[in-house]
Amino acid sequence: MPKRKERIDRGINVRSGDVFALCSWREMLYLAGPRFIPVFICLLLPLLLGIYWQKVLLSVAVFALLAISWDILAQTGMISLGQALFFGMGAYITGILNHYWGMSPVVTIPIAAVCGGLICTALLLPVLRLRGIYFSMVTLILPLMLVRLIEATRIFGGTEGLTGMTPIPSKWLELYVIIGAMLAALFGFRRMLSSDYGLVLKGIRDNDRSVLNAGINIYWYKTQALFIASGIGAFAGAFLTHVYMFVGMPVFALDYSILPIAAAVVGGPGSLAGATLGAFILVPLSELLRGTGGLRIVFYGVFLVIFIVALPEGLFHFFQRKYHQFERWVEVDQ
Amino acid sequence: MFLGTVVYAVINSVILALMAIGFNLTFGISGVANFAYGALYIFSAYTTWMGLNLVGLPYPVAAVFSILLTMLVGAAMYRFVLLRVRGQALSEVIATFGIGLAILEIFRYLGFVGFEYTLPVFIDDSIIIAGVYIDMQRLLIVIIGTAAIFLLWWFTHHTRLGLAFRGIAQDERTALTLGIDSDRIALLSVAMGAGIAAFAATVIIPLGSIAPAEGYDVLIKALAVCIIGGLGSTGGVLTASFLIGFAERFTDTYVSSHWTMIVSLAAILVVLAVKPSGLFGKQKELEERI
Repeated sequence: MPKRKERIDRGINVRSGDVFALCSWREMLYLAGPRFIPVFICLLLPLLLGIYWQKVLLSVAVFALLAISWDILAQTGMISLGQALFFGMGAYITGILNHYWGMSPVVTIPIAAVCGGLICTALLLPVLRLRGIYFSMVTLILPLMLVRLIEATRIFGGTEGLTGMTPIPSKWLELYVIIGAMLAALFGFRRMLSSDYGLVLKGIRDNDRSVLNAGINIYWYKTQALFIASGIGAFAGAFLTHVYMFVGMPVFALDYSILPIAAAVVGGPGSLAGATLGAFILVPLSELLRGTGGLRIVFYGVFLVIFIVALPEGLFHFFQRKYHQFERWVEVDQ
Repeated sequence: MFLGTVVYAVINSVILALMAIGFNLTFGISGVANFAYGALYIFSAYTTWMGLNLVGLPYPVAAVFSILLTMLVGAAMYRFVLLRVRGQALSEVIATFGIGLAILEIFRYLGFVGFEYTLPVFIDDSIIIAGVYIDMQRLLIVIIGTAAIFLLWWFTHHTRLGLAFRGIAQDERTALTLGIDSDRIALLSVAMGAGIAAFAATVIIPLGSIAPAEGYDVLIKALAVCIIGGLGSTGGVLTASFLIGFAERFTDTYVSSHWTMIVSLAAILVVLAVKPSGLFGKQKELEERI
């Protein structure tokens, strides 16, 4: 007798997002568990890990922010191949403010996040009308060009970069600020994207012309999404500059463009949680592979291909489906 | 000085065109993204080198063998990866770029870096044109490159296969109704693009040495030529490579070598922002911007 797998959604009122959610503890836990447990783990991890893995956690959070920023853009239909642009812009702004004017990190990081966002948005504004792959090409080329520009004009330290940034006073502050920022971005922007505002953004991705027909100014919405995403990226860059106490040409490196995309692809694009999950898998993995040197980039490449071909929905959506559905084998009537 | 710059600019332009035509055939003419192009270029150079130095094959045999092997890799890449994500432009780009990344970095990891990794020139001689020394290899490149561009134009305009390549890019469904098996054609297109990349590598690499980093450069240059010239236009490839080639050589001579790359990148940016379909591209206005 041939069998097939039957999938049934769990019949819980909570899934309708209604007031029924408050009916029973079971259902409230069912809803809250997947949200609170990761938050709890994130807050607890810095206390449990050794000094080396704390640093890894820090870069996990930074890459998670970049991946979130990539995903917000992707959900608006703008595929960025150059997150390094946002990252590097934030890093250089904070570096310049701190190095030349000696401002403290409390001032430089917010300024870098906002100004970095504004500058990146302004840079990409002329190409906002481009769709699909044409937009991606521009984002791929901009960071490459900025690197060469810095190299050629020798501004801001040229190839050597700027050193001696003010470090962040304590490592606990360092860790909890970045983890807090990551969680705030994750849940805040997840909420934003599920609101009506987010619906417009996703509408632009699905069919920009019909959104245009509905009398909505899609360029204005795209600009806003771009500002949000580049602001997040710039914040990550600015923060890491103060941690490493250095800013230079490596901030525009391909790493900062590829890893966030890889994280979003592995974790599952379309929900910021997937991007974060991807960062939590890939960054520690690449740390473990650090001993193998250049081989880890090979692994990124292979990972990207395997996930794009075999599991295009990503890990997060896969787990989400398993969580929300019963599965059982049933016999097929012939 | 000026005349020398012009001569070398012409050579540089033809090199660019030669680098770009394989990519143009796959991405520009049949609309299949192959961002592993630069990696395939380097891959073929290394396989030729290995055939020559490790196995001890004669040079022509090693070169032909590596061209065939690269075509096979391209075909396999299409059959096992690209076929499954056809039509999703972004997935195509990411998947092929991932493959390219893996190929290039594995060569870097295995330590294939250094001046000993180079291919022999065809004829070791040089002549003087307009008071400038030119080695035979560069002269050969100019001849082969010009012939290759003409062949590409003839192939895409006057052969059934070439017309099919263009057909699947223009409208895949209409092509299907006319009996063009788009999957088979796309496979051939990727394989031929890879083969041309391998051929270009065999001709161009003797001028320098083989390095993994070169793979990224080749990809960006091919991309630049295709975008500026306009996807799907052979005349565009020629014009764009001469534009970039001259701009690069002249900035190199009269400004500074730091600015060489910036010029071509800036050119891509400007063209993308102003006329995304490139100088000679057929306008598909609504597909590229809104």
